[in-house]
Formats: sequence, structure tokens, C-alpha cells
Amino acid sequence: MSNPKPLDKNKKLDIEDILENLEDYRPPRKGWTWRVIPEGGVDMGPFHYRDMSEPLKQSIGLPASKYFDNIDPQPAPVVTSEIASGRFEDDIRRMRMAAWHGADHLMVIRHTGQSHIDGLMEGTPEGVGGVPITRKQIRASRKAIDMIEDEVGRPINFHSYVSGVAGPEVAVLFAEEGINGAHQDPQYNVLYRNINMYRSFVDAAEAKHIMTEAGIFQIDGAHNANATAKAGWLVMPELLVQHGINCAYSLASGMPRELIGLSTVPPNSPPAPKLWYDLPYAVALRDFFSDFKMRAQQNTRYIESDIEEATRTHVIDTLISMLTSADIQSTITPDEGRNVPWHYNNIRGIQTVKQTWAGLDGINELVSLKMDGPLGEMSRDIRERAVAFLEEIIDVGGYFAAVEKGFFVDSAKYPERAGDGIARDGDGGVAANSIVRRDADYMAPVCGHFGDNHLPEGAETPCEPVGGCTLCNPELIAYIDELDTEDSVAKRLETTYPYRKGDLIRPEVEWAGDGVVLLQMMIPENEDYAREAGLEVARRMGLLDPQVINLMVLHPAEGCFLEVKGKVNFDIDRNTLKIPEKVELLPEEELREAVRKTSLTVVAGTVGEDEHSVGLREILDIKHGGIEKYGVKYHYLGTSVPISKMIDAAIETGADAILISTIISHNNVHRQNMTKLAELATEKGIRDKVVLIAGGTQVTPEMAAETGMDATFGRGTKGNQVVDSIVKAMRAKNLL
Amino acid sequence: MSDERINQFEKRHEVLKELSDAELKARFWELCNQVVEPIVDLARTHTSPSIERSVLLRMGIDSQSALGVVDRIHQADLLGKGAGHVLLRLSEKLGCNVREAAAAILEDKEVLNGLFDEVKA
Repeated sequence: MSNPKPLDKNKKLDIEDILENLEDYRPPRKGWTWRVIPEGGVDMGPFHYRDMSEPLKQSIGLPASKYFDNIDPQPAPVVTSEIASGRFEDDIRRMRMAAWHGADHLMVIRHTGQSHIDGLMEGTPEGVGGVPITRKQIRASRKAIDMIEDEVGRPINFHSYVSGVAGPEVAVLFAEEGINGAHQDPQYNVLYRNINMYRSFVDAAEAKHIMTEAGIFQIDGAHNANATAKAGWLVMPELLVQHGINCAYSLASGMPRELIGLSTVPPNSPPAPKLWYDLPYAVALRDFFSDFKMRAQQNTRYIESDIEEATRTHVIDTLISMLTSADIQSTITPDEGRNVPWHYNNIRGIQTVKQTWAGLDGINELVSLKMDGPLGEMSRDIRERAVAFLEEIIDVGGYFAAVEKGFFVDSAKYPERAGDGIARDGDGGVAANSIVRRDADYMAPVCGHFGDNHLPEGAETPCEPVGGCTLCNPELIAYIDELDTEDSVAKRLETTYPYRKGDLIRPEVEWAGDGVVLLQMMIPENEDYAREAGLEVARRMGLLDPQVINLMVLHPAEGCFLEVKGKVNFDIDRNTLKIPEKVELLPEEELREAVRKTSLTVVAGTVGEDEHSVGLREILDIKHGGIEKYGVKYHYLGTSVPISKMIDAAIETGADAILISTIISHNNVHRQNMTKLAELATEKGIRDKVVLIAGGTQVTPEMAAETGMDATFGRGTKGNQVVDSIVKAMRAKNLL
Repeated sequence: MSDERINQFEKRHEVLKELSDAELKARFWELCNQVVEPIVDLARTHTSPSIERSVLLRMGIDSQSALGVVDRIHQADLLGKGAGHVLLRLSEKLGCNVREAAAAILEDKEVLNGLFDEVKA
């Protein structure tokens, strides 16, 4: 077995290295892992949290975390991110980013059409709308994830789909390769993939049994009903029925309750009064399914091209999870409504949950649901309708008869019927008439097998007669590397090599070197003109294939907000980039302490014939986060101050530093002012005792050396940088 | 029809509304179990090409061979015996392991002829 090397956070994943010796790789761990939730809450920075799990070893917090000791509280539920661009080698890089932001359930969407492939796919072909699930692809991904989970310090659940006509085979593949979670719901196959209903259910029992053997957590597919029905919020009684059928069928297939999860989505979305639909539904579900796990998904039915709109809906979805319960909180990439999700939108989805969860931490200790009113009544109504729905299924002759009559995914509220339900014929669909009755001496000499099985008497384990099975002895697993070397990861990696390991840089949103960038702009025109103008702007900026992917009318005549994507057709050579030297600032506390110790005082002014004062005031004033905030006392001498006056004032006040601002720069006046300040300070005999600092719009950090300043600053400088440089210079001069 | 269904619902509802929350929940699960019972029986007594291929995978047969082997077993009308069973029996007959038995089937489907008759006799 090849042992992966630990990752270095400053180095990219080495895809070629991951693919090395893959035939010998075995997952170190199988089965699902929940987050560790310390009893009594989690203390982080200055705060106590009530609904959080153990923090990560390494992670990236919310943007505002820098104000709170860089804490990154991790919500109690497992957090999902769905990743599948069609190329697993690019997805694993995104998985690493997602893990660093707090995802520990990485869900790989399957290649479109894989459901209808009767058998397993092999190799590493490129996918459409997802990744072809093959042994090599998932083993490589699993190996990468194993390295990533060590890096962040938390187990990551890897997840895909046990559906389609090859369900049992996929289940075996997942059990062998250490997949931790999977969607499995025979109703999904029947309703949305038109797979023959008998085949789908017969296969499902076997698949569920195999999943159980490997501790794979199961998520059902009921939520697709509200993503499919025209009015998603009306199908709630049916959703309870679908969840109930899959749960009951899973239990009967031998799956324990703790491995059974409901995929549930708050079905409505603003401008609808969402809470009045979604909350009673969430409460009804958690009543009937109190023994099962909840995987709370976010709404996708009403996602449009506007990312912010999606995000706002997802905040409310997460609130509903918090007010009720969620064992897994799924995230939806907010750009799902406009394209195959981009790298950074996975991160945005995770941040939405992380931010909401932190902000509303402990909400149930502060407020509670009011059950003795409309909420309780509405929840009860959904449950009664669901029971009546089941009674009608029994009346018409059972599940298969009900499907043939179009009971499911009808967009009316039960018992109303809109007549637009999905009806399937028992003799129809993919793989119709393909189930075979087991003979009286039927035998399957392997572990994890469901149903009648006439094993030889005296066998200790089912697989003993054949000398073991792959679930007991992974050495028996037959590994196929590639079936088509042309459509393979090796070919793709050749193309992207310069961007991953060479010196070329190109922006990307999905795949290495895809070159896609996004422009945002406001065009003060009506919709029609704004759209064309936006495309023309992108073209003139040199972008290829520009497309408007979002347009928001600000006013019918005054203008529109536009997002235009396009591709750049150039590379940037890493070696041509000049990286400015980074100054590591001293910690805030250390700066404050140094200022306090010396009662640090400065004199400041704009020098020369110059009336500009804004820049310097921002450096000084507490209101702008200036040096005053750190306790520095300053004497502000105003504008157009002669250099000599600055020196005199410093001597008079016993200042530790002189700050000059020099904006006007014709004929190099700014340089002359700085040089003059240094010379005069030396002349007056205070150069060794006073720190000299200059700033201005034309000033650069490199000018300090040539002008004799201790530090020089340009545009955008903040007070903390100035205090940092004063403290450092004073230390260098042994003044502190 | 529609009106009849609505009336039927009203009747059901009259009964359901009298149930406590716990009774309603118990009724829900009773019905769910009732709905899946015949389906579980179907699954217990039937198999499919995918199930049989999944058995072969577990026996260490690669996915592509499993496709061909199960096809041939199906054609020989032996799927009801279980593909693993067929391989086991053939391996005993040929004195080889099950993976070699799979290869033998792919090479020559005639090897399946009379496999189960012989034993009976």
C-alpha cells in the first residue's frame, strides 16, 4: 500500500503523485463519521457557542473572523458541498478548498446518463454535468480526500449515488472503495430516471444491504419531488409518503436506522411567505421521522441567475434547520441556477451555512416554536394528508399500482390532483422485464447479499465456499485502470500541466486553464441595450465567448446590473510577476503595549506648499483606525508646514517620531522634502532619537532607503502599518 | 372520479382527525410497512443481472468480465441459480478457482451446458 505524504498547505495538490500506485491504494477508513460535539458547548476566542462541533486543525474562517481572533467555529451538523465539474482531477482541488472552509461531506454528482448504463464504467473519461463514477476516479478522489482530512484534522465523508440500473454493482464498488455516504432510493429511479419499477426495487434491496455492510450512510431522493413538481410547496404530503416508503424499505432490507437519512428541502422561496409552508413541513417531518437522520438541503427549485437572491433564500433554509433539526446541513452553490458551479461558489455556499450557524448559535435557548397555533395545525394537516395518501395507495392495490396511476409528483395538494403526476408502466422503462425468479437452490456465496440464499451447510461466512469476498479481503478487488487511453486523465493532465506545475497562470472557475473570468458592471440603459453593451464591453476587453449570465433591472430606463462571463486567451508567466515584499505586522496587543510603555508621541503635518490633509488625518484619527487607536499621542501641525518647523516641534515636544505627508510631486518635490527632513534631523542632532516617516500618493516603500527615512508609505496605508513601523524602528535604534 | 376521491378523503379524514399525534404516527408507519411488505418479498425471491454482477464483483471478477459472464449465464437460463453459484459449480467441475471459471465462460459458453443436470444425475 502506498502511504500518501502529508500535504503542505503552501503547495498545490500533486495530481500525478495521487495517481501513482493507485492500483494498490486502500482506504484507511470505512463508514460514515459524524462531527464531534463537545458536551457543554465550545469556547472560542471571547465567545461561548452552544451548537458547534470541535474546531479544525487548519481552516479559513469567515472574512470578519479577523476581528475575533481568527476563530472559525464549526457548526454541529456535518456540512455538505456538492462538487462535480466532469473532471475529478480538478474537483479534488476544489474539495481541498471546500474542506478548508468547513465542508466534511463531499458529494460527487454523477455523469449525466450514467443511471442508464447497465454495468460499471471504468477508467477516467470526462463527464457531462458530473463525473463518471468509476473505480479509478473514486479511488483517486478518496486518496486525495484522505490526505486532505489529515490536513484539516477532521474525517471527510465522501458521497455519491447508488442509483440507476447498476445500483448493486455501484454499491459494491462504494463498499470496496471506502465511500461513506450515498443516495439510494428506488423511487428516484422509477420516477425521475424511468427505470423499470420492479427492477429498481429488487436491485435496491441488494444495494441497501451492501451499503449496510460497509456502514455507508444513506440519503433518499424524495426532495426531487419539490424540485420537479410545478408548485413544489404543494407536494408536502407526498414527500412524507416517499420518505416513509424508502425508510420502511431500507429497514426491511436490513439497514439500521442510524444509517438512514431523509433528504429534505424547505420547499418554498420568497417572495412567497416561505416560513408558513416550510416550517410546518419541517416540523411534520421531524415528528413522523424522529428515529431517522435529517439531511437538510437548501432550495434549488427557485434559484435564478442572481447569486445574492439564492444566498438569501439559503440563509432562511438554514434558519429552518436550526429551528427544527439537521444532522447534515447541505449547501447549494448559489450559482447553480446559471452554470455548472464554479470553485468559489462552493465556498460561498459553505460560508452561508457557517455564517448563519454562528450568528444564530443557540437560537433554541432564546426562542421557541409556537406549536399551539397555526404551526401545530398546519403540521398536523400535512401528516393527516400523508396518512390518507398511504391509505389510498393500499386501496388501489399497492405501491406499483399507485405509480401506474400517476399518484406521485402531482403538483396539486393532496387529495387534489392536477393530473400532471409521473405515471410509469410496470412493463415499461429501462430494463423492463429483467428480474428473474430465484430457483429453489439459488446461491450467492458473498457477504452483504439480501434475500433467499441457499448456502452450503456449515459455512461460517457466506463467502467461505469461494474462499472469501472483496468485502472481507480487499486484495481480491479487480482493478481496471483505463479502457480508453484517449479519453483519460493522463491526456487531460498533459494539457493542463503548465498551469499546475509549470510557470503559466490563467484564471479558472472549473478546470485548470479554463480561462473563465466574470465581469460585473452597471450599464445605464434599458435591458436590451444593456445586454448588448455588456457583451461589447467584454469583447473590447479582449474576452472570448462573452455571455451575459445575470441581468438585474435597476430601473426600466435608468439602467441594469450585469454579470458577463468570458474567457481570457493569454497566459501570465509567473516569472514576470514582481511580488512586493510583505511586511509582517506585529500583533495588535504588542503594538499597544509598546505605545503604552513609551507614551509614544509623534508630530505630524503636510509639508511644503501643500494644503492636502485627508490622507494624513486618516493615518492619525481614531475614527479612521489611525494611530490614535493604539494610544499614540500626536501633535498635528496642519498643512504647508516648513520642514524646519517639523523638526523644531519634535524637539519641543520630545516626540518619538515625525510623520510628514507630501502629496504634490511635480519636480520630485516629495523626494526633496524627505531628503531635507533627514538632513535637517541629522544637523539638529536628533536623527538617532527620532523615527522619520513620510507618506503620500506618489511615495513608495522603496523610497525610504534613498531618502534617509525610516519608512515610507504610499496609497491605502493604514494606521496599524505606521505604528508597526515606528515601533520596529525604535527597537532597531534601541529606543524601546 | 375526482369528486369520488375527494369524498373518500373526507371520510378518511374524519377518522384520522380523531387520532392523537402518537396514534397518527403509528398509523403512518403501519401503512408504510404494509406498502413495502410485498415489494420486499419480491426482492427476496428475485434477482437481476446487476445483482448477479455485483455478486461476481465481490468474488473478485472485474466489472467488464462480469458483464460478459452474467450475459452468458442469463442466455443459458441459469441466472435463477445465481451467477456466483454457477461459477462455484463450474470451478469445482473444472478444478480451478472462480476467477478462472469466469474466464472459461467468456472463452466458451458451451462450458455451461448441463452444469446443473450433471450434479442432479
